[in-house]
Amino acid sequence: MSLELRSLSATTEGINLFSPVDLAVAKGEVACVMGPSGVGKSTLLNAIGGHLSTHFGVTGDVLLNGQKVTHKPVAERQIGILFQDPLLFPHLTVGDNLAFGLSSNVIGAKNRRAQIEQALEQAQLQDFYHRNPATLSGGQQSRIALMRALLAQPQVLLLDEPFSKLDLDLRHTMREFLFAQAKLRLIPMLLATHDPAEANAANGPLVILKPA
Amino acid sequence: MTLHVNSTLPKRLGVILSLLAAGLLSSLGYSATASTAVTTTDVSSAGQWQQTLEQAAGETVYWHAWGGDGRTNDFITWVGDQTEALYDVKVKHVKLSSTAEAVTQVIAEKAAGENTNGAVDMIWINGPNFLAMKQQELLHGPFVNQLPNSKYLDLSTNSAASVDFTEAVAGLEVPWRLARFVFLVDSKRVKQVPLSMAQMLIWAQENPGRLTHPVISNFMGTTFLKQALIELTPDPSVLQQPATEQSFALATAPLWRWYDAIKPHLWRAGKSFPENEAIQQQMLSDGEVDIAMAFDPAAAAAGIASGLLPTSARVFVPSQGTLGNISFVAIPYNASHTAGSKVVANFLLQPETQAHMQNIDVLGSFSVLDPNKLDAQQAQVFAALPSSEALPTLVDLGPTLLEPHASWTTKLKQHWSQRYSQ
Amino acid sequence: MSFSSWPKWLMLTALAIGILVPVLVGLGETIWAAFGILPALGRHTFSFSAWQQLFELPGLVTSLRLSLVSGFGATLVSLILALFGSAWVYNTSVKESFLSKVKPFVQAILVPILAAPHAAIAIGLAFLLAPSGWLARLFSPWLTAWELPPNLATVQDLWGLSLMLGLIIKELPFLWLVSLVALKQIDVSRQLTLAQSMGYSHTVAWCKIIVPQLYPLIRLPVFVVLVYALSTVDMAQMLGPNNPPTLALATMRWYNDTNVQLLLPASAASILLGILIAASVLLWEVAVRTAILTSKVMIRSGDRTGKYSIFTGVLTTALPITVILGLLSLLVLALWSITWRWSFPNALPTSWSYHYWLQLITHVPLALQHSLIVALMSSGLALTLAVAWLEVQDRFGGHLYKLTLWFIYLPLLVPQIAFLYGLKVGFLRLGLNGSMMTVMWAHLLFVFPYTMLSLVDSWRALDKRYLQVAASLGRSSWHCFWHIKISLLLRPLLLAWAIGIAVSISQYLPTLMIGAGRVESLTVEAVSLASGADRRLVGVYGLLQALVPLLAYSFALLLPRLVALKK
Repeated sequence: MSLELRSLSATTEGINLFSPVDLAVAKGEVACVMGPSGVGKSTLLNAIGGHLSTHFGVTGDVLLNGQKVTHKPVAERQIGILFQDPLLFPHLTVGDNLAFGLSSNVIGAKNRRAQIEQALEQAQLQDFYHRNPATLSGGQQSRIALMRALLAQPQVLLLDEPFSKLDLDLRHTMREFLFAQAKLRLIPMLLATHDPAEANAANGPLVILKPA
Repeated sequence: MTLHVNSTLPKRLGVILSLLAAGLLSSLGYSATASTAVTTTDVSSAGQWQQTLEQAAGETVYWHAWGGDGRTNDFITWVGDQTEALYDVKVKHVKLSSTAEAVTQVIAEKAAGENTNGAVDMIWINGPNFLAMKQQELLHGPFVNQLPNSKYLDLSTNSAASVDFTEAVAGLEVPWRLARFVFLVDSKRVKQVPLSMAQMLIWAQENPGRLTHPVISNFMGTTFLKQALIELTPDPSVLQQPATEQSFALATAPLWRWYDAIKPHLWRAGKSFPENEAIQQQMLSDGEVDIAMAFDPAAAAAGIASGLLPTSARVFVPSQGTLGNISFVAIPYNASHTAGSKVVANFLLQPETQAHMQNIDVLGSFSVLDPNKLDAQQAQVFAALPSSEALPTLVDLGPTLLEPHASWTTKLKQHWSQRYSQ
Repeated sequence: MSFSSWPKWLMLTALAIGILVPVLVGLGETIWAAFGILPALGRHTFSFSAWQQLFELPGLVTSLRLSLVSGFGATLVSLILALFGSAWVYNTSVKESFLSKVKPFVQAILVPILAAPHAAIAIGLAFLLAPSGWLARLFSPWLTAWELPPNLATVQDLWGLSLMLGLIIKELPFLWLVSLVALKQIDVSRQLTLAQSMGYSHTVAWCKIIVPQLYPLIRLPVFVVLVYALSTVDMAQMLGPNNPPTLALATMRWYNDTNVQLLLPASAASILLGILIAASVLLWEVAVRTAILTSKVMIRSGDRTGKYSIFTGVLTTALPITVILGLLSLLVLALWSITWRWSFPNALPTSWSYHYWLQLITHVPLALQHSLIVALMSSGLALTLAVAWLEVQDRFGGHLYKLTLWFIYLPLLVPQIAFLYGLKVGFLRLGLNGSMMTVMWAHLLFVFPYTMLSLVDSWRALDKRYLQVAASLGRSSWHCFWHIKISLLLRPLLLAWAIGIAVSISQYLPTLMIGAGRVESLTVEAVSLASGADRRLVGVYGLLQALVPLLAYSFALLLPRLVALKK
């Protein structure tokens, strides 16, 4: 699974918001998008994920394993996203949040439960199945959010400054966890960040977004 | 006494003087035929009326009356304008969707011990509502004899104005409007009108879905049923007596047979009925049914004049005759403005008022006054009223049937509901 | 019980006297009468005879069935449509189409239907759907070959379907707008994006993620809708079956029967109605809980596609049709108001006239005046009380205090018939007979909860940080309150006020029973005229009734913009 961006840009009323982006991310790699705030990192991620609001247009192409997905609806793209806030669904328990994300390819209640428990273990949150998300700390919520996104078995994972609200130590831990998961599941990831240390640690392709 | 249409009339003094004069004259007239004792009473009754007038001046009478007919509402407003100009008595028309609303109000006031400052001064009432109020002692009076204009009424013991649904009026309510049960029909669509209940059954069978009647809980619905009962029952005189279980079963057997036969041919197969007669008239106009009913012989003419019915609407009555009744006004026992109410009631009995009311361009309802008690000039005013094709004369309406005892109505409602309302 | 929290105790006392006591007194009188005690009719002994009589009255079972079916049916369908409508508004992934251009105007389109009183919509709809109604006239005789109206039960049908439709038309805008307001508290777009990125379609994501979070926020409005649907009298009269009718209408008829002895079983019937309503609310809640449990199972299965396509198809057609029918009902009233004569099968009136509008200028003024005065007073007072309640809660708070919210909503959860008659007697005993103030008090009982309902969420959603910043800058609490809270909340405050006006204008039973003819009202006039079935008059009054709240809403929507422009 690989992600390729060819001259991708978001437009509003025909005018590019930022200069077109070319990028190739191989499986297991973590690419980074950097740029001054307001330049459009989130918009870029939205364009890739397919959830741009209808005010915007897209030019260029997004390719997944060589297939163009630029105009496919979000639900069909299999491109996961993680926002700054973990956004765990408040009406579901931690375990059910994960179950929601768990791909429908996994069939059978027992199988599914086993997978969820495995994910909880990987996140070092065993026995958290029945917890209310609101009772978790920021770091714990982020971990669950990440596992939820990964359990959906996306082909690509986009991350929009997902750890910026956590403290330095936690950020470091989460980062390592993230990179490990990328290698484990062999999916390309694209991380929007304004922290050069993060970009360094990712050790993958780097894009600096410039205004148009 | 002439009627003043514009309030250019001045001095109450002039009115009071002329009324005094009228009172004196009529008392002199009485004294010509009666004993001197009567004379004294009538001079003091003129004085009493004088007092009433003085008390009434400046009052606002809250007249609770059904507000569903624009022309009646306009007439009531006109009455208010006149009484304000003549006697300085204002009238406030409280529009009801059902008379029972006013009755419930008085009951509630009695329950709360409000015996002097009632919200209801005068009610347009008759029949079962009157019975209810009379039995519960909720009415003021007797007061009809206090009204000078009651002299124009036929108040002999069994006259229409003395008996309301077989219940003695006993001076507790004042008539103001004549009602006769009539059928309405669109003469363009119906060429041959059924002139009896038996013929109506045949007509319904030939024209399924074109006939109906209001729900039985409505006054008109019950009246239709009563009308059928009187025609179909073996011995109508039984109906004048209170109903017993036996007499009821015997008397109503033909009625239920007839109703069971006609029901499947009614509008909506007799499973659903219009809420009241006004809505049924609307249905007549829309073309959903061909026959409607009303209490007002002038209903067709009035409907045409106000655009609510097609120009081909006509009135017809069964050949045996129909039920008639009178609309009354009564004063609750705890009314705040009794004097004013009496003044207004008296004004309603004024021959000029009655003639104005009978004018088809105004309301078209027939007058309640006894034509024998009008002098030549007053009779002329009535004769000169405009007529219309759709307006029957009193003669056209045929005989008036006697109203059954109230117990028959109650039982009819109960039994009909039990049979057909499940 | 500290003295410094005196505003809290003042508020509690005010609520108890102002709301709880009248409702209890009203209910008390009704309960007394239901058990045989009605001194005005000479009945002084406790007995069950009224109940016996009630159960012997014909058609009771059918009435119960009708009430339940139309009540639950209408609430369920309007809720589903409202949720679907909200999903549509938030669906940004659909391509630009004609319908999506309508989205910013949804509120504006729904407001006329919301503002119009139930009775007006009912009459309009009845005329629209009747066999001789506008729809039939538009298509006859060229399409249907009908020279005379057919003998079909399209209105007042025996199953109560037309009543349900009328209720749905009126309640859908209410639930839809309430949902849209509540949704502002949820991060809808990002949650939907997340779910979609995990492979869920918009509709499935909406049902599994958004609806469970939304429902608790609109639970109370849904109950209010359910209660109204079960206890409506004016809509049932125009659209519901009448032989026998729904329980509420049957009760009304028994109250108004010429046989005054029926007042006792009528009181029993209103208590029965109250019990029915309480049971229904409970049943609904149980059903919701069950649905939640079932949905958890479905969520765990991770099923993404869902077999919803048929449903969505039906809903996509049903939603605009409902709204259009509502607008047409109002339009047809407007047409009738300028008609002279209109017979079947003409598509438009055969002759026109401004007669009734002209007459209005001489005859209405007092009814309009009184309606306006009562509406302005009650909505103004309700708004003040609501703000006071919320502010006191913010500053003094407390569990007990929160419970008083249920007092406030109590008048909406008890059928009007059940306590208004008793309240009238109670007021009379105190010598408060038919005055403007008592009518306003009676209106307040119903206006206040609606004002609260529409204000509570926006108030609570206000970011506390604004106030914390202001306080840290040394501003007094009064200053914080006025300049920050009130000015930030201007829009919701004005809307709540407009809703109050609408509710007051449409009140029928309270003005009728408590006003005793001394206080006039547009709605009482309109219903009384409707009993005469002159649609032209009804058209005029119906429109007038809708106009006043419409003006209030327009004012509420425009003023904040003007204020913003000034800044």
